[in-house]
Amino acid sequence: MSDKPIRLKIKRQNTPDSSPYWEEFSVPYTPGHNVISVLMEIQKNPVNSRGEKTSPVVWECNCLEEVCGACTMLINGGVRQACSALIDKIGRELTLEPITKFPVVRDLHVDRGKMFEALKKVGAWIPIDGTYDMGEGPRMAPKDQEEGYRLAKCMTCGCCMEACPQYNSRSSFIGPAPTVQVRLFNLHPTGAMNRSERLETLMEKGGIAECGNAQNCVRVCPKEVPLTKTLAELNKDVDLYAIFGMLKK
Amino acid sequence: MNNRIIIVGGGLAGLMSAIKAAEAGCGVDLFSLVPVRRSHSVCAQGGINGCVQPTREGDSPDEHFDDTVYGGDFLANQTPVRDMCHAAPAIIKLMDRMGVMFNRTPEGNLDFRAFGGAKYRRTAFSGATTGQQLLYALDEQVRRLEVEGKITKYEFWEFLGAVLDDDGTCRGISALDMRTMEVRTFPADAVIMAVGGPGVIFGKSTNSAINTGTAAASLYTQGVRYANGEFIQVHPTAIQGIDKLRLMSESARGEGGRIWTYRDGKPWYFLEEKYPAYGNLVPRDIATREIFHVCVDMKLGIEGKNQVYLDLTHIPAETLNRKLGGILEIYEKFAGEDPRKKPMKVFPGVHYSMGGIWVDYDQMTNVPGLFAAGECDYQYHGANRLGANALLSCIYSGMVAGPAAARFANGLHKAAEDSRDGCFDREKRRQQEIFSNIYRMNGSENPYRMANELGELMTENVTVVRYNDRLKATDEKLKELQERWRSLNVLDTSRGTANQAVQFVRQLKYMLEMARVITVGALLRNESRGAHYKPEFPERDDARFLKTTIADYAPSGPRISYQEVDLGYIKPRPRVYDVEKKVGTRKEGDQHER
Ligand SMILES: Cc1cc2nc3c(=O)[nH]c(=O)nc-3n(C[C@H](O)[C@H](O)[C@H](O)COP(=O)(O)OP(=O)(O)OC[C@H]3O[C@@H](n4cnc5c(N)ncnc54)[C@H](O)[C@@H]3O)c2cc1C
Ligand code: SF4
Ligand code: SF4
Ligand code: FES
Repeated sequence: MSDKPIRLKIKRQNTPDSSPYWEEFSVPYTPGHNVISVLMEIQKNPVNSRGEKTSPVVWECNCLEEVCGACTMLINGGVRQACSALIDKIGRELTLEPITKFPVVRDLHVDRGKMFEALKKVGAWIPIDGTYDMGEGPRMAPKDQEEGYRLAKCMTCGCCMEACPQYNSRSSFIGPAPTVQVRLFNLHPTGAMNRSERLETLMEKGGIAECGNAQNCVRVCPKEVPLTKTLAELNKDVDLYAIFGMLKK
Repeated sequence: MNNRIIIVGGGLAGLMSAIKAAEAGCGVDLFSLVPVRRSHSVCAQGGINGCVQPTREGDSPDEHFDDTVYGGDFLANQTPVRDMCHAAPAIIKLMDRMGVMFNRTPEGNLDFRAFGGAKYRRTAFSGATTGQQLLYALDEQVRRLEVEGKITKYEFWEFLGAVLDDDGTCRGISALDMRTMEVRTFPADAVIMAVGGPGVIFGKSTNSAINTGTAAASLYTQGVRYANGEFIQVHPTAIQGIDKLRLMSESARGEGGRIWTYRDGKPWYFLEEKYPAYGNLVPRDIATREIFHVCVDMKLGIEGKNQVYLDLTHIPAETLNRKLGGILEIYEKFAGEDPRKKPMKVFPGVHYSMGGIWVDYDQMTNVPGLFAAGECDYQYHGANRLGANALLSCIYSGMVAGPAAARFANGLHKAAEDSRDGCFDREKRRQQEIFSNIYRMNGSENPYRMANELGELMTENVTVVRYNDRLKATDEKLKELQERWRSLNVLDTSRGTANQAVQFVRQLKYMLEMARVITVGALLRNESRGAHYKPEFPERDDARFLKTTIADYAPSGPRISYQEVDLGYIKPRPRVYDVEKKVGTRKEGDQHER
C-alpha cells in the first residue's frame, strides 16, 4: 500500500473551443500530498502514464490554504478546492475535471468572470462618501459583526454555483454566492441605506425567485457560508419589501 | 483629456492606489495576474496596527512609531514611518467605514489584540482573516468605481516591463495577456507598481504561488534600484508542507499561545525563560532564531524533527473559535489535528521581504513616473517587520502613491501619446523577442525542478543564520543556475493559449536575478541587524552599516552601494527584548533627508 502511486485521470482541453480529452498520470506517493502538490509533481516530470512526454497541466491556484478561492475543480466528481484536498484523506485514485458552469480557458482553468459581474449587478459594496478622513465608522453589535463576518468570508470560489441546479446556461439566475452577498451589505448600518436598491435587483429576472431551494449550495461551500439560511431570510426580505416597501414609494 | 494611471497589482496597496488615483480624477487601468480579489493579501490573518484609542493603556501613535523603528533595528527611514503610524488610526476607521467586519467589543467598538514587538493592544482584526476582509472591502470599492467607469481592470494580465522614453521617464508598460499569450504595450502618464513580495524564490514559503518577485526583478534589470534586498523575514511559526509552509499567525501567541519543547523530559518554555519582559511575544526575528537554535543546534525538536509546540490548549475552545477560528481551521484542515486539544507543531518559514524597490517619500522610484507601493517597496520596516504592520504599510503607501502619481501626471509636459519616440515599439519588440526565444528552448532541464533547486539553495544558506563562505558559494551557484537556465526545456510549445510553462520559464530568469540581489546584499553586510544574522559578526555595527543597501543592475551581477538612513526623530539604541523597552529619545533639530 505505502508505495502504491497516486494515479490521476485529468480532463484536458487545449483551447477554449477545442474538444476535451482525457490524459492519465502516475505520481510516486509520499505522505502529505494534496491535489495541487501532485499537479506540481507533474510539472516537474510532464510524462503521462503511457510514458509519453506531454505539456504540464494548466490550472489556477494562489494561496494554497483555501482562502483565495482560485483552485476550484471537480475532484472525483465533486466540486471543491484542490489545495485542501489531501491525498491521505481522499485516496490515491483521482479524477480531475474543470468545473462545468464556466467556460474553460485551458485544462482545469476556467473563467469565473460572471461571478464578479454579478457582484456589480447587486451593488455589493458600502457606498462611502470617499476615502478622506471622516472619522469613525458606525458602531456594530458583536452579534451583527459575527453574522456579517460569516457572509464576508465568501471567497468567490464558485463551488456553490457549480452545485446549484438552477444556475446553468438556460437560466438567468445570478447564483447563490452573489445573491447572498446582498444580505451582508444590507445588514451593515451604512450599507442598509441602499437596502431597497439591492433588494430590487433580487426581484428582477435572474434574482432570488429562481432559487429552487435545492440546498445543494450550502453542502459544498468550503467557507461554511450559511447559504440556505441567508437565502431564506432574503426571500423574506424581498417579500416584505414587495408588500410594504413598494407601497411607501 | 484625463490623465491615465496604470497600476500593476491588486492587493491592498494596488487597490488603495487605484481608489486614490481615481478620486484624484485620473482614469485608472489596473493590471493583475489573478482576479484582484484572489491577491496574496487575502492570506493575511492576524490584523492591522494602529493606535486608534490613544489613551488606552498609555499607548500613542508615537509609541507605535517607536516600536516600529526599534523593531526594525533602526534601518527604516524615520519620516515616512512616523507619518504612517500617525495615519494608522484614520486608516483603520476608513476601513471600518468601508464595511470591514472587524471584531467588536460588547459596546460595539472596535476590538484590539496584542501582537509581537508591542506592549499595547493596538491590532484591529477581523476573525483570523483580516487581510481577506480588508482586501474585499477595497475590492468592493474598486468594483463600484469600475461601474462608474473610473477604473478598468485587466485581470489575467502579466506585467512584463516598463516603457521608458529616451529621457528615461516611464511612459507605460508592456504586458502579456495570459489567456492568448499576446504581448501589448499600454501608455500611461504614471505607473504604480504594487506587485507584492518575492517569497517563491525560497521555494516553500508562507507566500502565495504567484509571489515570484518577477515584476520587481524585471524592473531592476531595466535600471530601477532595489533596496535592502537581504532583509527577508522568516516567520517563527509555520506548518511544514510539501507545496508551501502554512502560517500560524502571531495572533496565536497574541491570544496567549505558548512556545515550548521538551528538555530533560519536561516542558521548556524557552522564550518565556529567556525574554521575561516580552515572553512569547518577542519580535519575529528573535523567536525564529531561538526556535532554530533549539531545534538545529540543541537538537531538542519535538519527535527529533525540526519542530516545536505552539500551544493553545490552555485557552477555552469558545474563545479560540471566536478569535482565531480561521487559522485553527487551516491547521485542522492541513495538519489533520485539533489545535484546541493538541499543541500545534511548527517551524520557521520564509514570510516577508522588508527590502524592495527603492522609493522616495512620494513612493517614486529612481525612474521618473514610476512608483511603487506595498510589500514590493522597501520603505517602512527596516531590518525586521513587526506583525500587523504590513497591511498598514500596504494601505498607507497606496494612499501616498495614488495622489503622488496623479500629481506627477498633472505636471507632465507631454502626454504619453505624443512622446512615443518609438519607445513603445521598442519595448514591445524587446518582450516579443524574449518570448520567442523561450518558445524555442528545447534543452534538457526542467524549469520547475530548477526552481526547486533554487528554493532549497536559498532556504539553506540565505535565511535564519548566514555565513560568508556559504553566501559566497551560493552566489557562485546562482551564477551557475543562470548559465543552466539557457538549457531549460520550455515543456509546452503551444501558442495562442494560456501557456503557464512559458510564463514560468521567464519568471525563473528574473527570480535568479533577484536571488543574487538578496545573496550579495547579505554577503556584504558584515553585521547582525534585525532579520539578518551572522554568527561571525553577531553585533549591530551602526558605524559601518546603519545604511540602506542599494542594488543597481549590471549583467555580471548586482552593484551594491549604501545610502544614509533618515534618523530624524529617534536616536538608535541597542535592541533588547529581555527587559522592557525604554522610550526612545527624540533628537532635536535634525534635518530629514528627502
Ligand atoms: C500567510 C501570511 C499572513 C500574513 N499576515 C499578516 C498580518 O496579519 N498582518 C500584516 O500586517 N501582514 C501580514 N502579512 C503580510 C501581508 O499580507 C503582505 O505583505 C501584503 O498583503 C502585501 O500586499 P501587497 O498589496 O503589497 O501585495 P499582494 O497582496 O501580494 O498583491 C500583489 C498583486 O500584484 C499582482 N502582480 C504581481 N506580479 C504581477 C505581474 N507581473 N503582473 C501583473 N500583476 C502582478 C498580483 O496579481 C496581486 O494582485 C501576511 C503574509 C502572509 C504570507
Ligand atoms: S438552495 Fe437555491 S441557490 Fe442553493 S443550490 Fe438550491 S437552488 Fe441553488
Ligand atoms: S458562498 Fe461558499 S461556495 Fe459559494 S462562492 Fe462563496 S465561498 Fe464559494
Ligand atoms: S489555492 Fe487558494 S483556495 Fe486553493
